[in-house]
Amino acid sequence: MGLQAMTYLVVGITFAIYIGIAVWARAGSTSEFYSAGGNVGPVVNGMAIGADWMSAASFISMAGLIANMGFGGALFLMGWTGGYVLLAMLLAPYLRKFGKFTVPAFVSTRYYSKGASVVAVLCLLAASGTYIIGQMTGVGVAFSRFLGVSNSTGIYIGMGIVFLYAVFGGMKGITYTQVAQYCVLILAYTVPAIFISMHLTGNPIPQLGLGSEFGHTGVSLLSKLDEVVTGLGFGKYTTQLPGSMLNMFVYTVSLMIGTAGLPHVIMRFFTVATVKDARYSAGWALIFIALLYTTAPAVAAMARLNLHATVNTAVLEDNGDLFAPESSIVYETRPAWMNRWEVTGLLKFEDKNGDGRVQYYNENSKDAAFQAKVAAAGWKGSELKVNQDIMVLANPEIALLPNWVIALVAAGGLAAALSTAAGLLLAISSAISHDLFKNIWFKDMTESQELMAGKIAMACSIVVAGYLGLNPPGFAAGTVAIAFGLAASSIFPCLMMGIFSKTMNKEGAIAGMLSGLGITMLYVFAHKGLFFIKGTEFLGLFGGKANFFFGISPNAFGAIGAIVNFAVAFAVKNMTPPVPEHIAQMVEDVRIPRGSKAVDGAH
Amino acid sequence: MTDNSSIAYWKETLALVRNILIVWFLVSYGCGILFAPALNNISLGGYPLGFWFAHQGAMYCFIAMIFIYAKMMGKLDEKYDVHED
Repeated sequence: MGLQAMTYLVVGITFAIYIGIAVWARAGSTSEFYSAGGNVGPVVNGMAIGADWMSAASFISMAGLIANMGFGGALFLMGWTGGYVLLAMLLAPYLRKFGKFTVPAFVSTRYYSKGASVVAVLCLLAASGTYIIGQMTGVGVAFSRFLGVSNSTGIYIGMGIVFLYAVFGGMKGITYTQVAQYCVLILAYTVPAIFISMHLTGNPIPQLGLGSEFGHTGVSLLSKLDEVVTGLGFGKYTTQLPGSMLNMFVYTVSLMIGTAGLPHVIMRFFTVATVKDARYSAGWALIFIALLYTTAPAVAAMARLNLHATVNTAVLEDNGDLFAPESSIVYETRPAWMNRWEVTGLLKFEDKNGDGRVQYYNENSKDAAFQAKVAAAGWKGSELKVNQDIMVLANPEIALLPNWVIALVAAGGLAAALSTAAGLLLAISSAISHDLFKNIWFKDMTESQELMAGKIAMACSIVVAGYLGLNPPGFAAGTVAIAFGLAASSIFPCLMMGIFSKTMNKEGAIAGMLSGLGITMLYVFAHKGLFFIKGTEFLGLFGGKANFFFGISPNAFGAIGAIVNFAVAFAVKNMTPPVPEHIAQMVEDVRIPRGSKAVDGAH
Repeated sequence: MTDNSSIAYWKETLALVRNILIVWFLVSYGCGILFAPALNNISLGGYPLGFWFAHQGAMYCFIAMIFIYAKMMGKLDEKYDVHED
């Protein structure tokens, strides 16, 4: 069977499964719509959290980022998993005990203030909204690359599928669909990795293969990779740092507390039956996430080595000369996969020195000895532009794996994007229907009216997300920075103080959220322009140098925002009236598991 | 639940969380970032140790930490008789 037909078949089967689950798991009450009836087991919930968490970015882009960043890529690995330890110990069990459907509902009650709740809704909408644009473009990209339909057709199909199971199934439909999607995406990620690890090191377990001997050369795969990339002028793979060690440190903190503060993840802990289950859920979620996250560094290193070996034959020879003219492959005889990916624009070749061969190296190397060798070899600049996403998407083809594996990767990418999009849509629609409509504007809504409002809000969110996916605004590239920056600097500190401080009052919490958020956005906008509009950067106000605050990059600034949030909150608290007695009593009560009841919307 | 035992329960909970957070910090920020250059002189199979912590080890430790936390909290809940039915 041809590749195209095979891909249609595999993607078609997975979609049929998702729709089947949607029909089976329809939501009949608000409790089923917001929290799947509150009786999902910890293992199933963990798997759903895994699918919810691992987005198109985790599946498609992360390994490519790590391949480029080497050691420094660990900030994504540790940042996006370490947050679950914080979530498990500091937030999840207490929020579950609190027993409300949504994050703003907690904020509203704990800080006895509709104002605080509105601020929380705004933070939530901004974080989830920016995040979902990336998922929708991811759906479009996966469709257009693998199924040969146009980008926009891809997004329409994706919207239709999500509509079916998210609108009718709510949290219940989403949870069970996500379990299926997790299985698809983890298979799609690990199967090619196992083949490649086997091929390069003889060890079928990628996590061990990465630390194994390369072929029968007597050197380990990682030292071989170090040798090749430094030979081509790149930074040493196993020690390369992103800017500085301080930047890596702060970046990792930002991603960890951002992870713990993302509302679409937090609300998954309202779906389990008990506080005990909430604690174990986080552990199961991390096991399922780590299956992919510990495979990713192996995929990254092996794909990088494979890519260099493809374009420079000296890589695989003992003492081969990387600079010998015949080492660089002749463009006309390049492998078929390169041709296929050049069509998509993810791979670009430009014959700068006119020798008909492909030279791929770091043309910006500052090493004079290396540049002298480059000049002596007659190289006139790196001739290959490689998009990072290729490391996962083209990996099976680079390693000459069978068509069904390539088809599986397509289905996996779609599963990752759709499952995350559905979770985000639920967070958005519940904030609108529950926190704004039911709790603030129309307090006398009946349950069935609220359920209908939730479904309509979800349908509208899908249309808006689809529109933004079709016409991505200029700031689409900066969405990760905003979502994690927002969650880390506003939501996480606010929830933490709500649980661990009995004296934090509403004035402190609101001032903290606004200032943490404000300073983070200020730093990001100074680098990337006001609301990401090109040309409105105002770095000049701060001396004109990028990363002016101790060399910390804008994406890493959420941690600093969080510190500001805490500091301002405590300062303001000391100047304003203390919390009412019944709130302090409530915090006391949240801290013990006894008396947990099913989550509900009542006040 | 009396005030005294509720204070003691919360104190023990915080101590457990603090201890796990210390380990959490040491494996990720310590071994994976700050001391990674020094640890890289030791090798684990074909891995330099610092690189292994950053790309693999820290994540395994995170999983273990959550399960240890959940188990210890379960015991603590029983000890102070605040567990769910």
